[in-house]
Amino acid sequence: MKRVKRRYLALQLEMEGVPSEKEFMDAIWGSVARLYGEVGASLTSMALINFDVSCKVVVVRTSLETLDSVRASLACITCVAGKVASVHVLAVSGTIKALFKLF
Amino acid sequence: MKRFFVDLHLKINPKETQALKNAIHRAANFGYRYLAIPFSFEPSTEEIENLRTVCKNVGIEPVLRADLYPRNENDLMNNLRRLRRKFDIICVMCDGKEISRQAAKDRRVDLLNFPNLDYRKRFFDRSEAELARSGLAALEIDVKPLLVLDGPARVRFLACLRREIAIAKTFGVPLIVSSGVSEERFMRMPRDLASLACLFGLGNVEALNTVSFNPLAIVLRNREKLCSNFIAPGIRVVKEGGDL
Repeated sequence: MKRVKRRYLALQLEMEGVPSEKEFMDAIWGSVARLYGEVGASLTSMALINFDVSCKVVVVRTSLETLDSVRASLACITCVAGKVASVHVLAVSGTIKALFKLF
Repeated sequence: MKRFFVDLHLKINPKETQALKNAIHRAANFGYRYLAIPFSFEPSTEEIENLRTVCKNVGIEPVLRADLYPRNENDLMNNLRRLRRKFDIICVMCDGKEISRQAAKDRRVDLLNFPNLDYRKRFFDRSEAELARSGLAALEIDVKPLLVLDGPARVRFLACLRREIAIAKTFGVPLIVSSGVSEERFMRMPRDLASLACLFGLGNVEALNTVSFNPLAIVLRNREKLCSNFIAPGIRVVKEGGDL
């Protein structure tokens, strides 16, 4: 069986206040589902790895095949938990260790 | 070759000094190297100097851009005659078929931009692409509608862009992806813009080129033409002096 290659994305969340982890992930899933549909969203294997509340940096994991789709969906996010927000990709890496070295 | 990122369409009002400063600072943080703020009128020297100073402080190269909204073909020609040598980039907002055809034909026009929300006014078809290729005009796409639209409107917009980009690729018309935003919160990093460009059917490298090499090539080409040493493409004055 072919090994699934993953990518870790460090995201900078810009908004007033701090959403809960669930609210943030709902916003991402919502954006992916709106752009690519539910089948497309299910292919991303997205998961929350780390949520740093103090500096609003979030690490999420996705599969390599759907990295571009996830990036596009992240760029389309304009509100999180009903508040105006934007999400920027700070770094992308194949391992969490390397990701934290990048930013 | 190092990639410099360019946003040719940051629609901040140049008269709102604070908003302009904030947007330019943010663009610098995002990694942009060249930034164009569109003017729909002839700017004063003071305004241009102000823009240059703000940009220089954060290490961004300002690009002077004029957005033309001509009422008819004659209006377009008059505006081009008046403004071409004053701006680095001339973009025509094509609101009618005659205007878009004339703009595509004219070699003084750098960018063709079509109304984002009225799909019946997007006249970028095969004939337009053919004219644009011979006239050296590029097709500019603003990503702002992708951020603000939702549901069927966004689906229609994406379908329209996919069709236009397929035509542009067939005819070899350069593509430029710009933000087209007037608010800071809609500004996105260059690689995020490129990832949005992938939604229109572009490959990874092509998408990155639309925010780096393609717009930069137009800026550098026009700056060379506006330089006083320029004679013709490939010919320039290297040194002036008397006979030996």
